[in-house]
Formats: sequence, structure tokens, C-alpha cells
Amino acid sequence: MKRQHTQKLAVGLITAAAALVVIPIILVIVMIFVKGITAISWEFLTAKPSHGMKAGGIMPAILGTLILTLGTAIACIPLAIGAAIYLAEYSSDSRLARWVRLAMVNLAGIPSIVYGLFGLGAFVLFLNLGTSILAGSLTLGIMTLPVVISTAEEAIRAVPQEFRIVSQSLGATRWQTIRHQVLPHAVPGIMTGIILGLSRAAGETAPILFTVAAFYLPNLPRSASDQTMALPYHLYVISTQVPAMPLAVQYGTALVLLLVVLSLTLTATVIRARMRRRRDW
Amino acid sequence: MSLSQIARKQYLDVKARARPTARWLLGNWMELIIETLIRLAGLSTTVIVGLIFFFLLREGLPTFLDIPLRALFSSRWYPTQGLYGLWPLIVGSLLVTAGAVLIAVPLGLTTAIYLGEIAPPWQKEILKPLIEMLAGIPSIVLGFLGWVALAPIIQDLGAPTGLTAFSGSVILAYMALPTIISISEDALYAVPKDYRDAALAIGATQWQTIWRVVFPAARSGLVMAVMLGIGRAIGETMAVMLVTGNAAHIPAFGTDMLFQPVRTMTATIAAEMGEVSQGSMHYSVLFGIGILLFLTTFAINFLAGRLVGQQVARRRGGRL
Repeated sequence: MKRQHTQKLAVGLITAAAALVVIPIILVIVMIFVKGITAISWEFLTAKPSHGMKAGGIMPAILGTLILTLGTAIACIPLAIGAAIYLAEYSSDSRLARWVRLAMVNLAGIPSIVYGLFGLGAFVLFLNLGTSILAGSLTLGIMTLPVVISTAEEAIRAVPQEFRIVSQSLGATRWQTIRHQVLPHAVPGIMTGIILGLSRAAGETAPILFTVAAFYLPNLPRSASDQTMALPYHLYVISTQVPAMPLAVQYGTALVLLLVVLSLTLTATVIRARMRRRRDW
Repeated sequence: MSLSQIARKQYLDVKARARPTARWLLGNWMELIIETLIRLAGLSTTVIVGLIFFFLLREGLPTFLDIPLRALFSSRWYPTQGLYGLWPLIVGSLLVTAGAVLIAVPLGLTTAIYLGEIAPPWQKEILKPLIEMLAGIPSIVLGFLGWVALAPIIQDLGAPTGLTAFSGSVILAYMALPTIISISEDALYAVPKDYRDAALAIGATQWQTIWRVVFPAARSGLVMAVMLGIGRAIGETMAVMLVTGNAAHIPAFGTDMLFQPVRTMTATIAAEMGEVSQGSMHYSVLFGIGILLFLTTFAINFLAGRLVGQQVARRRGGRL
């Protein structure tokens, strides 16, 4: 039975390939945890870097990443939700809607370093914001748009058509229907999209290279027009630009960054799972 | 009252109630404003793509106007001496991306098959979040691991240095895998179960069913998965910058091509933008590289988007 042999061989190879994908993922995560956990202490999380960043902590970088994530949220959420409502509720198969969709697909595909160039040309130089939290947040916010829009659109579309028909048949206008009958049911899905988008933004290095990131800042930023340190850029700096950097500090920084990003991803996953369970239609 | 009188009375009632009162007008103004804002938000995505291209052109256009094309596509990248040959950077990007595709496509497609056709449900529930987790790991973290852990291994394997195109390909492959796996799994899932049942019923093995029936039926989705994976790989910056060695020369053609250091387009921008003076030719050329990257990913995504359009149209036609 030649084809039975082929069948067994094929299944074996496919399983092996899947293992080849999964095992390195586990290895990567375990390795960062095991090697990074030794560096983590209260001081590491709450102190400023000292001795040319070889000692002390990474608090300014952690704080910077949190500030930038907040800034990204402010820059991206209103526009993203508006665009998602437009795509889900207002665009029929119009030509404009097709253009918007094409734009979305392309925004999602633009390399992060090109967003960095755009931020430099548009926000830092043209709008004269300088390398600042404002410029960085706007750049990251625009980069995050496609992820949030497409997830939010899906969430809004998932609300059953009957809700809209009943609401409008009772005399509600289109916006009243959206505001009171559609959006409340779509909130968990929209939240998932926002958090996923923010987790991407928090881990990005390329867009903040020329728009906000500072090599080393002893003081914390005081306004939105200041520069700030950020975790991803800090990891880049200490692993390549500083000679004789203790490996533990590098792994520790990588672990903190990974924890920030993965905790956001996990939150999104939990919200999504709950939403699926609670859905009452 | 006759029926027509009742109808007429009701009509007048409704008409009276529908007369625009101040409150009604106010409500509708709000409605109008909000609807306009929503339309503008939708439109803004196209405006943003336009703005991105505009600002890239604004800073980068001198590259293509002031440098003769022959100089631009020459093989020497020495910006300090005014030599802006992009060829080594383009070859670097293509080499790393090609290597990543060679690793990621077979692995990604087979993993999607495993998840979709072979894995029992309990495995799926563990594997899928794990792959999503991979998508969530920041590129700088993977680059860092490539730098401290992968590069030494590759050097031990006999390469002159661990920082090579191949190291970049491996990291990029794993970064592109989540995209490739999730899109091709969707494509496989969209193939109707009847196809599989029919194939198995006439005596095909599971592998024959997958290879001869499911695969061809999911073809366009699988092609799209591969294209979007390529798009993701070619634009990746930080990880590649850390592990490819950043040597701006064209590796000698041969079997060990992948095991030499290269420098990609993205890494060049990231590494050099901090050191150039704004407005200089070097500065423009870095934006010029950005324009090339923008156009490349635009083309890839445009084609992938059209492919999906065709696929959806075909499915709506009831064939699939």
C-alpha cells in the first residue's frame, strides 16, 4: 500500500514542521523569562539608570513607554472608531468605501520605519513639533489606526441586523440607533482592537527612533513637547550602542518590555473570550 | 367614518406630528454634524495614505531628480563620499527576504494544514494562542535574541561571522509566520467540507485529499498569505538591523551568499538617519529609500487586495 505510506510520511512531516514552529516560540519566551528574572528587582523597576546605564534601573524607559502608549491611544481612538463606524454602517458598496478599504490595507502594510520617516517629515519638521512625545504619539497613533479600525469594524458588523431594524422602526434616527443599540454591544470587540493596537505600538522601535526617543535622559519628561526614553529603544541602545553592558540588564529590559506587551495582549484575549461567552444573540 | 376618511385623518395626524419643531431641528443638526464627522473619519484614512506619500516625496524627491539613475543603481554605497548606489541595499533586502520566504512559507503552510486538518481540538487551543503570542513579541526583542543567542550558533556552524543575511532570514521568517499561518488557515477553513467528504468517499487518503483537493481550492488565499508575509518581511527593521551585520556590499554570487553580512534598505534608514544633517543629499536619499519601500509594500498589498476581491466575488457567485 504505497499511498498509505505516503499518508503516514506526510502526516509525520507536517507534525514535525508544526513542532519546528512552536518549539522555538516556547524557547524564546522561556529563555527571556529565565535569564531576565535575575535582573529584576524593586530598584530595577523604580530607579534611574546609573553608571552609564550599566547599573540602576530602567524606570524612565518604563514610564516613557506608558506615556507614549497613552498618547497613542488619545491620537488614534477617536479617528479609528469614527472610521470603523463609517465602514460598518455608512459605506455601502460605494466607490468611496472601496477607496477607504484600499487605503486601510495599504496603511497596514507600510513598514514601521516608513512611518518613522513620515513622522519626522510631517510632525517633527513640517509642524515643527520637534522630537517630542507629541510627535511620537501622533506617529504611533497613525501606525496603529489600521489594526484598531479593522477589529472595531468587525465588532460593529457582528451586531445583528435585527437590532437596527427594530430601533429604526420605532422611529430612532440612524445615529440614535448606532449610539444606543449598536455601539453598546460592540464595545468589548472595539476594546479588544484598541488594546491589541496599543500593544503593537508599545513594542515598536522604528517609528520612535527619529520622532521622540532619547538615548539617555536623567530627568523625566515634564510636558508633551519633551523627549522621553522608551523601553524598546532602550533595549536597542543597551544591546548595541553601549560597550560592556551586563547581559543580565539587557535580558531584564527585554523581559519588562515583553511583560508590558504580553499583558496588553492577554487583556485583549480575555476580553474577547468573555465577550464570546456572554453574547446573548 | 369610512375607511378613506380614517386613512386621511391618520395621514394628517402623522403629518402634523412630523412638522419640524425646534427640538426636532436641533436633534437633526446634531445628527447631521455627527454623520459628517463619521464620514470625514472614514475619508481620513485615504487622506493619511496620501499625506504619507506626500511627505516622503517632499523630503526624498531630490534623490531621483538630482542623482542620475545610473549612479543611484550603481553598486557603491559610500554616502560620505557622495556615492549613493542603492544596489547593495536592494540586494540585501531581497536576499534576506528571499531567505525568510524559503523558511517561512513551507513551515507556515504546513503548520496551517496541521492546525486545520490534523490537530485535535485540545492542541489547537494551546497552539493558536502561542502563535498569536509570537505575533505580539516586539521585533526588537527578537532582534536582541538573534544578536545574543542565534548569531553565536550560526557562527559555530562554520560561518565567518554570526551576523549574516541568513540570521536575518531566520528571525524574519518567525516574524512572518503568524501572518502566513493565520491567513492560510482561514483559506483552508473556507474550503467546503463537502469537498473533503467527496474525496475521502472515493477512497483518497487524508494526505491525497489535502494535496489534491483542499490545497488547490484554497489556492488564492494561500497565495495571499505568502504575499502578505513577504510584505511584512521586507519592511521589518529593528530585528534585521541587529543581526545582518550591516555591511553595505553585494555578497558574491554563490551557495554561501546567505552566510555573508548584508545591509537592508530599512536598516540603512534606521542606522543613518540619526547622523545626517537635515536637508543634505544623504538625508534625501534616506527618504528616497523610504519611497521605494512605500511603493513596494503598496504594490504587494494592492495585488493581495485584488486577489481577495476576486476570491470573494467567486464565492458570491456560488461556486465555492
